[in-house]
Amino acid sequence: MSTTTTTSGSGTPAGNAPARSGKPGVSELVSWKAGIGLSLLAILGTVLFGFMSNSKSAGFGIAEAANEAASNVAAWVTLVLALLLSAWLGYLWFVRRRSGLASGSGQVPGWLPAATVAAVVVLGLAALGVAKVVRITVPSAAIGWICAVVLLGLAGYTVYLTQAKRTIPRWVGGTFAALFLIGFMVWIVAHGNDAEPSISLAGLIAGSVTLAVPLVFGSLSGVLCERVGVVNIAIEGQLLLGAFSAAVVATVTHNVYAGLVAAAVAGALVSLVLAVVSIKYLVNQIIVGVVLNVLISGLTSFLFSTLLTADPEGLNKPGRLPPVDIPFLSDIPIIGPILFHQSLVGYLMYIAVIVVYLGLFHTKWGLRVRAVGEHPQAADTVGINVNRTRFWNVLMGGAIAGIGGSFFTLVSVDAFSKDMSGGRGYIALAALIFGRWNPIGAFLAALLFGFADNLQSVITIIGSPVPSQFMAMLPYALTVFAVAGLVGRSRPPAASGIPYVKG
Amino acid sequence: MKLELKGITKRFGSLVANDHIDLVVEPGQVHCLLGENGAGKSTLMNVLYGLYDPSDGEILVDGKPVVFKGPGDAMAAGIGMVHQHFMLIPVFTVAENVALGNEATKAAGFLNLDETRRKISEISKQYGFHVDPDALVEDLPVGVQQRVEIIKALVRDAEVLILDEPTAVLTPQETDELLDIIRQLKAAGKSIVFISHKLREVKEISDIITVIRRGKVVGSADPSASPTELASAMVGRAVSLTLEKKPAQPGEATFKVRDLTVVDHNGQHVVDGLSFDIAKGEVLAIAGVQGNGQTELTEAILGVQPHVTGSITLDGVELLGKSVKQVLSAGVGFVPEDRKIDGLVGTFSISENMILDLYDKPPFAQGIGMKPALIATHAEKKVAEFDVRTPSIDVAVGTLSGGNQQKVVLARELSRPLRLFIASQPTRGLDVGSIEFVHKRVIAERDNGTPVMIVSTELDEVLELADRIAVLYRGRLVGIVPAGTSRDVLGLMMAGVPEHEAELTAHKTLEGGTNV
Repeated sequence: MSTTTTTSGSGTPAGNAPARSGKPGVSELVSWKAGIGLSLLAILGTVLFGFMSNSKSAGFGIAEAANEAASNVAAWVTLVLALLLSAWLGYLWFVRRRSGLASGSGQVPGWLPAATVAAVVVLGLAALGVAKVVRITVPSAAIGWICAVVLLGLAGYTVYLTQAKRTIPRWVGGTFAALFLIGFMVWIVAHGNDAEPSISLAGLIAGSVTLAVPLVFGSLSGVLCERVGVVNIAIEGQLLLGAFSAAVVATVTHNVYAGLVAAAVAGALVSLVLAVVSIKYLVNQIIVGVVLNVLISGLTSFLFSTLLTADPEGLNKPGRLPPVDIPFLSDIPIIGPILFHQSLVGYLMYIAVIVVYLGLFHTKWGLRVRAVGEHPQAADTVGINVNRTRFWNVLMGGAIAGIGGSFFTLVSVDAFSKDMSGGRGYIALAALIFGRWNPIGAFLAALLFGFADNLQSVITIIGSPVPSQFMAMLPYALTVFAVAGLVGRSRPPAASGIPYVKG
Repeated sequence: MKLELKGITKRFGSLVANDHIDLVVEPGQVHCLLGENGAGKSTLMNVLYGLYDPSDGEILVDGKPVVFKGPGDAMAAGIGMVHQHFMLIPVFTVAENVALGNEATKAAGFLNLDETRRKISEISKQYGFHVDPDALVEDLPVGVQQRVEIIKALVRDAEVLILDEPTAVLTPQETDELLDIIRQLKAAGKSIVFISHKLREVKEISDIITVIRRGKVVGSADPSASPTELASAMVGRAVSLTLEKKPAQPGEATFKVRDLTVVDHNGQHVVDGLSFDIAKGEVLAIAGVQGNGQTELTEAILGVQPHVTGSITLDGVELLGKSVKQVLSAGVGFVPEDRKIDGLVGTFSISENMILDLYDKPPFAQGIGMKPALIATHAEKKVAEFDVRTPSIDVAVGTLSGGNQQKVVLARELSRPLRLFIASQPTRGLDVGSIEFVHKRVIAERDNGTPVMIVSTELDEVLELADRIAVLYRGRLVGIVPAGTSRDVLGLMMAGVPEHEAELTAHKTLEGGTNV
């Protein structure tokens, strides 16, 4: 769905012009993907949030603090810090933008707007905490119509820009997504069974983060493997074997931490097979991955139905990793319970995201890893051992996915059951693509999928006009959209999936 | 640093790529390795750079034997290499590429790119390179990318620099700049190993020439030797470097291209508003440095490029928008630039490859069946006609030498009545004998009254075959000039300088007497 347009061929073929000479000779294949996609969504939104709205209100509960006094102090401190931070970031953004416009070259770094928005959101939440708001109730029809109109406007603006062959600014997509989400939430909550239906917003988000944990670990594993040039389809198997090993080892040793370590080892073992077969024996990486998934699913199911069901007390009663509160931080209203009331695995997730990000993009190791994934031959000619780098990275990826698997049996449910990873390894793969092979991107994408997953169960509880089967499709539908690239072009590491043979 | 190779032998299975090669590279010397494609020059250098283990023989650095387990060891010993296909990561910046494998770090392995940037600007200043350390490599012109490769070697304190066919991707002007850089490096006491099969450059830059043929050193020559002498040494027999042909007798212009624009998947105009005609019985050569839209132009005519606008007509019939099959049956003969990828199916036999485009048409097919006997006689006939050296027509085409493969492609494409003949890089990688044969065939087709389009990045080939020369630069037509145009003018045009300006500049340099 793209048309070719030819623009100005008027410039003379001047000699030795710099490569980035700008517009002439470079032009766009105008894509109508965004315009049509947003228009369809806007129409859907108008029908649902506008015409199908009802007269009820929608309530969104906000977590109540466990410790009133501490919470109050924390809220004030956060408010002040967030205020300062957002003011400073906003100022920085403004200055950079202005100097960028003046010099015509300097760009605002990509993280700046994102960080500013995040700081403002934190500020808003802290303000709610300070004001001791417990519940926000909104009239659904009014909000629905407002959202619908703005959505239509944004879609129209996108179509107009596409028509005029101008680039669509990034904020359009973000704002559209946020408004659609708000409209959808209000609409679906207002259709609950109660007279004044409401859901707990904090609970919804906290649950999303929790559900996202295995996805984040899985997609980090994918990032580590694909960045080094190996496609890791076996994430599903790594999660599953991690879950299984964590359950059994933790039960046998009566030590959940031993279970955690066992999960990492199990994931690495799956990776070991993948690495040896695909790197050394050059078997197609995708086939090996799929076969591993089937194998592990079969193996764990067999062991579960023979050994584990025969002796659940002795083999499948691992106990749990308890949630740990981080002092002070966990007292911040709303944010605290969401981010700082996690199990050890949850905190490991934050650490892993940061470490993988810094490692990949700011260290010698990461430079070499990315080089191997982009152009292995070039890496080889500067003395980097390509296959060794790949081998260790795949192994490390497996260990990380394994830890993610332990979440199922040590945090979520305290027993292993058949195929309990339920396809999350594949969703993690989608999160990796959605997140553009970047650890932070993958983390955010995984959070989004976790949110869709949790929303589905929350909505089913309060009752909704949409059949629950449809709601259950939500995460997967979102995956299809994400991977189809509604969010723009993404560029995988060039050598991903291609075995390296020297010479 | 003095580098010696003693009795280096490299075998790949039964193939001996290097056969007891001895070579001495003295400090501050430009040592040329001259040889045809496939003579074993690159293999030898890959052995020297630690990419291949030699089957036999030894490498001595300053008289001491060394063993290179990988490129890392070679670099540590002071050997740097600029590969024919640049070993740069396109999505990395210059600084990241230079740092890779030799990273300056802060605590805990964190990259210190500032240190690398400082080194890059130091070297840039010393040798007069203009390289921005923060530019993405994929955005840089090839000439600059090559400098990045040289910087990569210099940052690692290379004393011996191997340049593998460094001029293959450069314009004549960029080549001159490179030769200047080599002179500077030599003055700074570095040794250079310069690999090439282009006699002109070799004569210009080298202090000593070693000629390699079929994996063996066949002797050394002095840079003052005549081109014919050098060519004969390289090929192993007397060669004539010029083609005899009658002047062209152009007829009616039957092939017309108007405002042809091809946009690639990045939105780049790889072919930008081209218009030209080719008359019956004339050869139009498309000259230009590799990657300036030639591939896309030929593919657009054949119909395998998406996003093409404009018009391509043959005998008044529009070809644009037609399928490849329709284009071929309109009478277009097409020799693709890479015979191994687009020209032949390597595992198919010669007779099968001969009918790849005719397999479903009479007389080779009847209904859904094919006629093997007829296909075999056809192949026998063509093999004889085009002098394909092969034990049998049932041999897989991939096992033939490059020259014989190309003859199979030509035989197939020229065995139909043609209304247009396009040959892209028709002699790339061929030995001198095969080049002669291919050129004769092209001219014979011209003399049959077919419009012929030759795409070549070799200026020699362009000058030899063309009746008119169209120069492409960044997808645009710089100009169409007559066959006798001087090398300097063409060189400037290949760098994007318009025709009249190029003539003025070339004239001035001639008068100034600085032209070499």
